[in-house]
Amino acid sequence: MSPSVPLQEMIRAIRSARTQCEERGVIQRECAAIRAQFRQSDNGGRSHNLAKLLYVHMLGYPAHFGQMECVRMIASPRYSEKRVGYLGAMMLLDEKQDASLLITNSIKNDLSHSNQYVQSLALCTLACMGSAEMCRDLAPEIDRLLQSSNSYIKKKAALCAVHIVRKVQDLGELFVPAARSLLSEKNHGVLHGAVVLITQLCERNPETLKRFRKTVPDLVQIMKGLIISGYSPEHDVSGISDPFLQVRILRLLRILGRNSESASDAMNDLLAQVATNTDSTKTVGNAVLYETVLTVLDIKSESGLRVLAVNILGRFLLNSDRNIRYIAMTSLQKIVGTDHNAVQRHRGTIVDCLKDQDASVKRRALELSLALVSASNIRSMIKELLLFLSSCPPELKAQATSGIFIAAERYAPSKRWHIDTILHVLTTAGGDVRDETVPNLIHLITNASELHCYTVHKLYRALLTDISQQSLVQVACWCIGEYGDLLLKGECQETEPVQVSEDDVLDALETVLQSHMSSSATRGFALTATMKLSTRITDNVDRIRSIVSIYGSCIDVELQQRAVEYNALFKKYDHMRAAVLERMPLIEKNNSGNTNGEATRETLTETNSSKVAQEERVPPPPQQPAKQTYDLLDLLGGASEPLQQSPAAQTLPIITSSSAGGDLLDLLGGLEPTPAPVTPAPSATVYEKDGVTLTLSCEQQSDSSLAVTLTATNASQSDISGFTLQAAVPKSVQLNMNAPSRDSLPAQGAAQLTQLVMLNNPNKVNLKMRIRISYTRQGSAFQDMVQVDSLPGLGAAGHT
Amino acid sequence: MRFLLLFSRQGKLRLQKWFTPITEREKKKIIRDMTTLVLARQPRSCNFLQWKDLKIIYKRYASLYFCLAVENQENELLALEVIHRYVELLDKYFGNVCELDIIFNFEKAYFILDEFLMGGEIQETSKQMVNRCIEASDMLQEVRSTHIKSNNGLKSEF
Repeated sequence: MSPSVPLQEMIRAIRSARTQCEERGVIQRECAAIRAQFRQSDNGGRSHNLAKLLYVHMLGYPAHFGQMECVRMIASPRYSEKRVGYLGAMMLLDEKQDASLLITNSIKNDLSHSNQYVQSLALCTLACMGSAEMCRDLAPEIDRLLQSSNSYIKKKAALCAVHIVRKVQDLGELFVPAARSLLSEKNHGVLHGAVVLITQLCERNPETLKRFRKTVPDLVQIMKGLIISGYSPEHDVSGISDPFLQVRILRLLRILGRNSESASDAMNDLLAQVATNTDSTKTVGNAVLYETVLTVLDIKSESGLRVLAVNILGRFLLNSDRNIRYIAMTSLQKIVGTDHNAVQRHRGTIVDCLKDQDASVKRRALELSLALVSASNIRSMIKELLLFLSSCPPELKAQATSGIFIAAERYAPSKRWHIDTILHVLTTAGGDVRDETVPNLIHLITNASELHCYTVHKLYRALLTDISQQSLVQVACWCIGEYGDLLLKGECQETEPVQVSEDDVLDALETVLQSHMSSSATRGFALTATMKLSTRITDNVDRIRSIVSIYGSCIDVELQQRAVEYNALFKKYDHMRAAVLERMPLIEKNNSGNTNGEATRETLTETNSSKVAQEERVPPPPQQPAKQTYDLLDLLGGASEPLQQSPAAQTLPIITSSSAGGDLLDLLGGLEPTPAPVTPAPSATVYEKDGVTLTLSCEQQSDSSLAVTLTATNASQSDISGFTLQAAVPKSVQLNMNAPSRDSLPAQGAAQLTQLVMLNNPNKVNLKMRIRISYTRQGSAFQDMVQVDSLPGLGAAGHT
Repeated sequence: MRFLLLFSRQGKLRLQKWFTPITEREKKKIIRDMTTLVLARQPRSCNFLQWKDLKIIYKRYASLYFCLAVENQENELLALEVIHRYVELLDKYFGNVCELDIIFNFEKAYFILDEFLMGGEIQETSKQMVNRCIEASDMLQEVRSTHIKSNNGLKSEF
């Protein structure tokens, strides 16, 4: 076909433009010329002009003035103009444009045209951009064409019907009889279209699915024909006869056999045959094998067939082609829950894939490895994972660290191993761990009382080597503060003792205090640790006193406050100092108490939604430190947990440090204070859907005020981010919502979210609450509402 | 399939086909995202990516990147075959196709694509059939234009 000369000249002109500015000039001139030409009547060059406009559009320039021209061209009797007109319609018009309705009539006329190529243009355009109204209008036409004798038209009509069913589900019924009859076609194109159409119909309507189950034998026949038949030049691709059709049929079989024993039985033989006979040296063969494996694993296949399928996946894992390994791991991930042992057999290969160069393969290997960790292989797996962590790409670090922590928590063979592992992670990737790691680790250390000596020695050594990893430094400071006496004693059974003098220890802490690498929170930890040492060491108390008084004039308000308070402790309340700074008691681990209020670091896929969620929330004013200054003897700080929200963990560390123990009575040290009510409050589950559970528990604080704690967990398989709760109460009740502990819910209940709501009910009305839950899961947003008509635990207190 | 994009090593778009209705702004954003993601990949890495809730399959042929986005339940290896098949069709039509052919004859590239894929699904699985249909349509275009000239502007009906 002769190329369009005007079009090519223009393309040449645009390409020879040397700068962006020049190009824009050329395009503006051309567009002006095109617009002028459009206004003129028919001049034989219309298709060239529209083609030029479409090129300009592809470069990214606006081309909406061409829409009406498209409409006119489509109505033209000339084939060349129709062709370009329809192309323009597909590129410039979509169902949101008003002009698209104008072409409905032209399409209708062209669908009944005598020339099949004109019909095909209309069908193609309808399938590409047909809106729901257009589909409704033209569905009967399409059904008629499905029964025409021309296979060229039939195959296009089938795909057009697929589009119609996608747009307007109810019209599916219309196409069922035609679809059924198309299965007996010989033409592969029509057959393919028919299979796609049936797949769409079955996916959308379970009733239709049941009816089409009867076609399983026919489909099996067709497949057998494809596999056994000899070489067919029309459809052969590297020795496989029409792989596209084979894969589609397998997919349809999967849908049909999914929950049906009888259907699955009918296809067992065929699947076994495909699995064994398909040549797997080329990608095509592997594509068919892959689809077969997916089908076998999804239907109710017999165990022999399943074993065959998993073996194929195992073979894929050893394939030198990265793509094959990638898809093998993706499929294994799907079945690791159900066929765990089968997948375990391939653990070695999977762990080797962690060392692959490719980022996609690494990601899959990481997910699969984390799923394969069990009590029996914990030590070796964690060793591999830690090795992986040291050379891990940054986008996978957060996932890797949190996965290691969860696995370690679940299957740790010993406390010492657990602590070692966490320390190792902190030294390697301390910047990417979640923020509750610090309190969790502290809690773990406190509970392993026999290991205090070992731990503090190890941490001290780590501190001397490197003070850049904030989480590690925070834990180290805390430990030194708590167990400094053990460190100074110098003897330790589990590790080589070091002779540490008091000056050394104070030097180390001072380095942390003065280093510009330390965040404000870390310096807070260090200062408190220094203070605690004043009761644990004997000689250098003056040095401590001087350090503390220096920071009394520090610019950082948080540090200044602490220093001033500690100074006061030295001066006026010296008699209380020993009691106040004594060793911390064992802390009850509050599972929902990730109450540091900091935003956790999200994995790549959740980052965007969480960032948006964080910006919306305003941090409530930090009133706790001021209040607690005066509550010297109120051991638990008397207030609810400091649920201040910090938008990004680095920008406002002041708030986090205050919650991390900024009160004078730093009894809880780096651990966030547990919520005030120590006695378990009665709780009730108010919402349970899609794996998300919300429980509510109340505690009467005073005559009219009530503390309601909302706890949310996610038991599903996918992570949830941007989780927010909003509450509404009757008019006379005052509501005050504290910031939630976190805004994401990792899968399988790995962490919980708590939010404290303070209610003040002076008129003592009947307390009801309406809670709106909104979150994002796998990129889509969910919203739900639940009404709580009676709050638990209010039975006898005079509130009905 | 959701969309098919062809772009050069410099990130210039050569062909775009969208199988679902998307706003202009969204399209521009997606194009930007795709070009950044794909062009950043190492030479011998895996051809599959995960992006939002879609699987991205890309393959480089000489100076052009072919980028196809499919939904999660689709077969990635087959998508690679789809891309390959399209390249073969272009090759047969243009004879040893290169990027310039696609630049200067983009409308033909679209016509070929529209004979091979439709509504996000494969339309015809036989190479020969597709080629025959394209040739026939081209013939029709030729015949029609000469026919019009000989009729001196009288509108002819098919």
